[in-house]
Amino acid sequence: MSTVATSQIKLTPEHARPRASVRSRLQDALPKIVLAPSFAITIIFVYGFILWTIYLSFTNSKTFPSYVITGSRAYRRLWGWTFDTDPPSSWYTSITNMGIFGFLYIFICLALGLFLAILLDQKIRGEGVLRPIYLYPMALSFIVTGVAWKWFLDPGLGLEQTLHQWGWTSFHFDWIKNKDFVIYTVVIAGVWQASGFIMAMFLAGLRGIDGEIMKAAQIDGATTFQLYRRIVIPLLRPIFLSAFIVLAHLAIKSYDLVVALTSGGPGGSAWLPSNFMYEYTFKRNEMAVGSASAVIMLMTIVAIIVPYLYSELREKPR
Amino acid sequence: MSAITTLARQPSGGVNARIVNRIVIYGLLALFALFYLMPLFVMLVTSFKTMDEIQNGNMLALPQAPTFEPWIKAWSEVCSGLTCVGMKGYFWNSIKMVVPAVIISTLLGALNGYVLTKWRFRGATLVFGLMLFACFIPFQSVLLPMATVLGSFGRFGVKLQNATGFTFGFGNPTVNLVFVHVVYGIGFTTLFFRNYYETFPNELVKAAQIDGASFFQIFRRIMLPNSLPIIVVTVIYQFTNIWNDFLFASAYAGSGDVMPMTVALNNVVNTSTGVVEYNVNMAAAMIAALPTLLVYVLAGRYFVRGLMAGAVKG
Amino acid sequence: MLRKLLIGTALASGFAFAAHAEDVKEVQMLHWWTSGGEAAALNVLKQDLAKEGYAWKDVPVAGGGGDPAMVALKAMVAAGNPPTASQMLGYTALDYAAAGKMGDITAIAVKEGWDKVVPAALQKFTVYDGKWVAVPVNVHSVNWLWINKAVMDKIGGTEPKTFDDLIALLDKAKAAGVIPLALGGQNWQEATMFDSVVLSTGGPEFYKKAFNDLDDASLKSDTMKKSFDNLAKLVTYVDPNFSGRDWNLATAMVIKGDALVQVMGDWAKGEFHAANKTPGTDFLCYRFPGTDGSVVYNSDVFGMFDVSDDRKAAQAALATATLSKSFQAAFNVVKGSVPARTDVPDTDFDACGKKGIADLKAANEKGTLFGSLAQGYGAPPAIANAYKDVVTKFVHGQIKTSDEAVTELVKAIDDAK
Repeated sequence: MSTVATSQIKLTPEHARPRASVRSRLQDALPKIVLAPSFAITIIFVYGFILWTIYLSFTNSKTFPSYVITGSRAYRRLWGWTFDTDPPSSWYTSITNMGIFGFLYIFICLALGLFLAILLDQKIRGEGVLRPIYLYPMALSFIVTGVAWKWFLDPGLGLEQTLHQWGWTSFHFDWIKNKDFVIYTVVIAGVWQASGFIMAMFLAGLRGIDGEIMKAAQIDGATTFQLYRRIVIPLLRPIFLSAFIVLAHLAIKSYDLVVALTSGGPGGSAWLPSNFMYEYTFKRNEMAVGSASAVIMLMTIVAIIVPYLYSELREKPR
Repeated sequence: MSAITTLARQPSGGVNARIVNRIVIYGLLALFALFYLMPLFVMLVTSFKTMDEIQNGNMLALPQAPTFEPWIKAWSEVCSGLTCVGMKGYFWNSIKMVVPAVIISTLLGALNGYVLTKWRFRGATLVFGLMLFACFIPFQSVLLPMATVLGSFGRFGVKLQNATGFTFGFGNPTVNLVFVHVVYGIGFTTLFFRNYYETFPNELVKAAQIDGASFFQIFRRIMLPNSLPIIVVTVIYQFTNIWNDFLFASAYAGSGDVMPMTVALNNVVNTSTGVVEYNVNMAAAMIAALPTLLVYVLAGRYFVRGLMAGAVKG
Repeated sequence: MLRKLLIGTALASGFAFAAHAEDVKEVQMLHWWTSGGEAAALNVLKQDLAKEGYAWKDVPVAGGGGDPAMVALKAMVAAGNPPTASQMLGYTALDYAAAGKMGDITAIAVKEGWDKVVPAALQKFTVYDGKWVAVPVNVHSVNWLWINKAVMDKIGGTEPKTFDDLIALLDKAKAAGVIPLALGGQNWQEATMFDSVVLSTGGPEFYKKAFNDLDDASLKSDTMKKSFDNLAKLVTYVDPNFSGRDWNLATAMVIKGDALVQVMGDWAKGEFHAANKTPGTDFLCYRFPGTDGSVVYNSDVFGMFDVSDDRKAAQAALATATLSKSFQAAFNVVKGSVPARTDVPDTDFDACGKKGIADLKAANEKGTLFGSLAQGYGAPPAIANAYKDVVTKFVHGQIKTSDEAVTELVKAIDDAK
């Protein structure tokens, strides 16, 4: 089979075939050989480990991995907990929080990132100063910023107390202490961290748009709003893909964010599935349950991401 | 030249409307700048305060009697476990782990992106999709199997050492961390480079092929020289993620002599008992974050340029 | 240039590894005692070992009550590179022993006569299948009240002898405008307080049956329900911002006189010490009312791994040094706990420490020394954490009534068994 199959460089194989020596066959296979190590380590260390996790979820693994299959008890427990809403089971709390957090975090980061990018793109003086200000939170881990955020959100230390000192005594902001609102403080801190990075990605996208298209649209009498909605945003589609992948993976891995900010929240009300997985796998010595929760997380990601990836990546006719 | 900049120059409405427009834009930008700066501000002012002032004053207030004591302590005296040499000792541990990991994962990402866009084969998209999806694996669930693998590397290293007198890095904690970060980083680096090369003109590659240039010649002479922007992007992204990783670092390189910065910082900050010296903690945190902050601020302009180039769709 | 750096790193690290492999006069120690007082206490051990010629290779992973350290330990063991010893809590050492990862230091234990001096209740967590696998470092007890003396004098309070006395005392503080009860709203702190409440409400026999034997009838009983009611009463005396607060910040509230009392294990004493406070003049330590005579304990142990033969001598030296009377005294004076052997003289300890030592001895003899369920000494982690879930959900209102709490507790414990 020929290696080079794209229409752009179809010429080469015909060109090379008459003198199909070992060397040229090697040349043909070279791209695959180059890709192979990366692909192989991905298959082993990602998909192999996923299979391992799936296997463990059907065992009775507790403190350590056990390889004796004992059935689907872990899944049955998770399934039961899914409907334990009063009082909410930790699993129920985790998955509902994931829904709230995942949606708001990704949506707000994309919206805010795009909004800031559009504002910054209006020929702003001092863009060079503002850009790093919006961007720097991504550079810090929550080991670093967790304490500052915790203080800021604490009604006795932070924003509420400061505003009280300034005379606005009716102001209340105690979400971090409230079991029903604590997850939104996690959203705030999460958005703070990632939205600047998303802004940079969009800003770069905006800079890359061909000026001629815009001019043509303006000559046709499009308003600024129409221009962005009809032309600019559709052109940013590849950026949305990268941004979405970056955000979705950050959302799913937001473990330290919850711990640093809320220590799990009042009555465990700020848990995300990653906290659940960590707790059950490492703290409660119920590795089978932890693995099952990881498998369910991955399946959910597959269900959400794969259709999106498919629509974005399928070969487009040129 | 930006399209939107051209747009801003268009006379859309009167002069007054434009001025109001500008005020609103600058106002919004300044407001958001405050939001983003707030935690950094809190950390900075706290790191210059005395403990008395922290306990009795407002967290947003400026230090009454600024002191550098916490910074000096964090730099050269603070303890991580029983070792009290300050944060300065852990820089090198982090750097010698981060630099190779970033270089290798970036290089692999570049090669992968090059193959996936310029040497397409049947199933290339599937391969890319599989590598992309790998970004989503929760690290907690790979921690133990990866430890087992690294352990067998270590035993292999001992065998090698017995045979040749040299471990070739097998079993070395720093090498292990480099390996782990490369494995779980290539998904992202491949994503970045693939999207960038997707827009890179195929004509150039075609022409070079007709001239008889080989696979690697094209990569080295044509692709790489034109990849600076995306290299910068990838390097920054990887540098940040690897520098800030705590989970792998604490699990695979927790002992004092190889401990990366984040583990040391965690040991400084997370005192389970004792008076919490917030000012020293904040200073230590700032010191630990300094390299990433510097990278962002200095390379920030390249960063945007790099993403920009990557976004241009052919 | 970068390539040079890369190769240089690989070379340097390769050689470093080679050098280490031959060094056996070394103790690798995984722990999370990173804060000032604890690190100072551990340093005593480091120096004791240094005198015998053993180097100390520190593997500190701080935070989260040892959670990240235990994750790191699991990874190290999975990789086949366990440390010489690791700080451990609760059932951890037994779990590792069951998996065949622990060493056997019975010979040293026999030689040193640990059987006779270490309380039997503690041996349950250090001896697996007749073999010593871990060395206890200390005994903490959780059923204490820590009270600011100045505030106590101001409101004219006296030592509460019953639960109702305690409520009356809290009322007095409330009337005086002081926060009556300093609590950190994290699940382990709430559950630790609940341990004391249950012991006080139901008595020693009930505590043992419910929280050590996990007896269904006791868990379901009205006494348990009453315990939840009592917990609910206590929680009405905390300040509105208690949720998520670290325990040492709650202790600081008592130290500063913002709050009257904290219900906490004796590690709280370390905080008072760090603030240069003296028992009797600055602060008071009482047993939680109605629990005098019983000790609800937890204990840090050093688990001894199955290391290669050339490291066994170092491990033995570590074990011996850890349970030596001198180290036990020096360490526990700083840590706030009491020695893990009952024959250490109490001369160096303060008033609270002396009482703690006497109480431990008496409880050991009377059979009223119980493992704390909240701290993971009453039952394995799956159950202990299920218990903490129920208590914290009750405190924060996800579980609304004590009836519901009892039902949930039984269900959660059954589910985790």
